[in-house]
Amino acid sequence: MTNRRIDFDALSFRIVMTGVALLALALLAAPTIVVIWVSFTSGYSLKFPPPGYSLRWYVELWNAWQLQFAMMNSLKVAFWATALSILLGVAASLGIARSASLTARVLDSLFLSPLVLPALAFGLSSLMFFSLVGVPVSPLTLIIGHTVVSVPFVVRNTVASLAQMNPALLEASASLGASRWHSFRRITLPLIRPGILAGGFIAFMASFDNVPVSLFLRDAATDMLPIRMWQDLEGKLDVTVAALSGVLIVVTIALMLVMERVAGLSKRLT
Amino acid sequence: MAAALRNVTTYDLKLAAPLALGFVVFFITPLVILLALSFQADPQGSHYGLTQYVNFLGDRFSLGVLGSTLWLGVKVTALTLLLGYPVAWLHQRAPSWAKGTIMLLVLLPLLTSVVVRTFAWVVILGRQGIVNASLAGLGLIDTPLKLLYTESGVVIALAQVQMPLMVLPLITALSRIDPNLADASSVLGSGHWRTFRKVILPLSLPGIVAGCLLTYAAAITAFITQSLIGGGQMLFMPMYIYQQASTLQNWPFAAAISIVFLVAVLVVVSIFNALGRLSRGYTNA
Repeated sequence: MTNRRIDFDALSFRIVMTGVALLALALLAAPTIVVIWVSFTSGYSLKFPPPGYSLRWYVELWNAWQLQFAMMNSLKVAFWATALSILLGVAASLGIARSASLTARVLDSLFLSPLVLPALAFGLSSLMFFSLVGVPVSPLTLIIGHTVVSVPFVVRNTVASLAQMNPALLEASASLGASRWHSFRRITLPLIRPGILAGGFIAFMASFDNVPVSLFLRDAATDMLPIRMWQDLEGKLDVTVAALSGVLIVVTIALMLVMERVAGLSKRLT
Repeated sequence: MAAALRNVTTYDLKLAAPLALGFVVFFITPLVILLALSFQADPQGSHYGLTQYVNFLGDRFSLGVLGSTLWLGVKVTALTLLLGYPVAWLHQRAPSWAKGTIMLLVLLPLLTSVVVRTFAWVVILGRQGIVNASLAGLGLIDTPLKLLYTESGVVIALAQVQMPLMVLPLITALSRIDPNLADASSVLGSGHWRTFRKVILPLSLPGIVAGCLLTYAAAITAFITQSLIGGGQMLFMPMYIYQQASTLQNWPFAAAISIVFLVAVLVVVSIFNALGRLSRGYTNA
């Protein structure tokens, strides 16, 4: 009798936990599958199930110059924001990671604070700042704003890698006569490179996907991809956007798998 | 000698100066300007005062928007925790091939564009969407259910969009728990539910707190998902700020709402941080 009670207990626990977990995993996967599925529709609407299947919307994408233009802008801004984030973020991480001083702790919190502050409020305040000092919005203001919201990802991952590094390696290197610069290049940099790569990758995706900051800091001529897609979706449910989403999903998965291999992405996010 | 050795393992704090300078100019200064502007009584800035705050706090509509935004975050966070915890639990127990698949499924939404993710929910929840098509196909409904442009729709979509932020800290927390503790508990006669409630759940509290903080902060500021799934009838704080700033060009009021929203977020963050410290103390004891 006792045995049966325990068996029921074990069974019910496993069934409930596994059941909810599988439901949640299905919920996580559903949007991705749905977008790819409807992007192959032969119809003019996002009706489900599609009336037939074709590649017409992917072909259409080839002529969708507005989306292509917006994509190029987003890629350029994300590239420069990531480059600046890595340059400034890695230097700052080196400065603060191994220091216990109050300044270092305050700077650490400061550099990570854009992660929790509402990005829209920051975008608005940046626009106020630039208009007050008389700088018109341009791709440059856009890159500056994107760098502020992207740099926390680089700092967080680089600081974490530096914290895991064994300082004895640097002492050994120095006692063998290596200069600081030499030790940095041959020891520190190779050890923290996966962290920098993972942080840079997430920073790039964050910038590429950013809407709240772009809404305020872009000029009329600089159309950004997420905003273009968002406005297309508000107006009409355009199937071209589904095809583009399909392309973005496939590219993202490919990049994720590459980053998992070279930087152990999943280990850095948990 | 010892001092010289210690020296080679640290880097000069000055290396942080360029980024610190950048943050002072392009992050702190704008926020100070935002604060200053929120005290302007009118858009021309002829005089200063608490007018905008009085307008906000004395207006039932504005307070309603703030309240529904904060409440939306609570609902999304609760649903995400309920669904996300078992995912982390399953990841902990799964064989290594399944671990990789679960991780991919969890990470994918985190890195896919928010617009793409939200767009998928429009397709799923729409009048001709999957849910309505399936229910109609089964003969359960005659007219399509209204799912898009409802708060339930927003909560479900946000729960999916933000779930990785909950699951990742939970996976970390669960992996730190000594498996012997659960074994000890069951050897001593506790059933699975009791072991979970008395051992696993309390020990994973730091992960729960961290996950809730990230999910909550992301859910209440998720501008795109809120506006695309919520539609025109539902107004939350980010869209309210954007409307006031962009469409109405009422910068002082937009600044005041932003400050109120920022303060609300900071209060929530501090509460969670305090809870986090408490839970870590509890776990280490």
